[in-house]
Amino acid sequence: MNSITVVISILAVTALLTLYRVIIGPTAWDRIIAVNLISSKVVCIMVVSALLFRRTIYMDVALVYAVIGFVSTIAISKYLEREGRRDK
Amino acid sequence: MIANFFIFFGLIFFFFGTVGIIRFPDIYTRLQASSKCDGAGTVALFAGLIIREGFNTFSLRILIIIFFLLLTNPVSTHAIARSVAIRKIKPWRKEEKE
Repeated sequence: MNSITVVISILAVTALLTLYRVIIGPTAWDRIIAVNLISSKVVCIMVVSALLFRRTIYMDVALVYAVIGFVSTIAISKYLEREGRRDK
Repeated sequence: MIANFFIFFGLIFFFFGTVGIIRFPDIYTRLQASSKCDGAGTVALFAGLIIREGFNTFSLRILIIIFFLLLTNPVSTHAIARSVAIRKIKPWRKEEKE
């Protein structure tokens, strides 16, 4: 058992534990926070698995995934800030 | 040795951030735990991977990802906190004894 495999499995277990907050979170912001955390953990898993399989292209996938997570977090929080209205 | 120390440090941060996000009682406190996990955990883990790898194309790309994450994680945390504060959600307080 490689040490990189241990790192990937620990990250996956913590991502699964974070999913608990996504499911039971009382408000929408709790779910956004937990999804943001899960996306950063998935970026870490992608980078570590790129080192495991020696493929450089997984790094690009991780970078694009980070960009998409950032844009979605900003968009949903701006939407909740205006309570769904277009004005202001 | 040093690389394993950094990776272990990052995993410790991830674990306690996850425990904080499950256990804390409020949006603001959960946001704090999540931002520590995002900032310190990922950067420590990636620094350990760079030291383990040496200087090649992998470590250069990890550096680019570190730069991007250091730019975007505080911005997204601040956007969530701003939207919670504008909607006037009260911070959690300990209930008084009756």
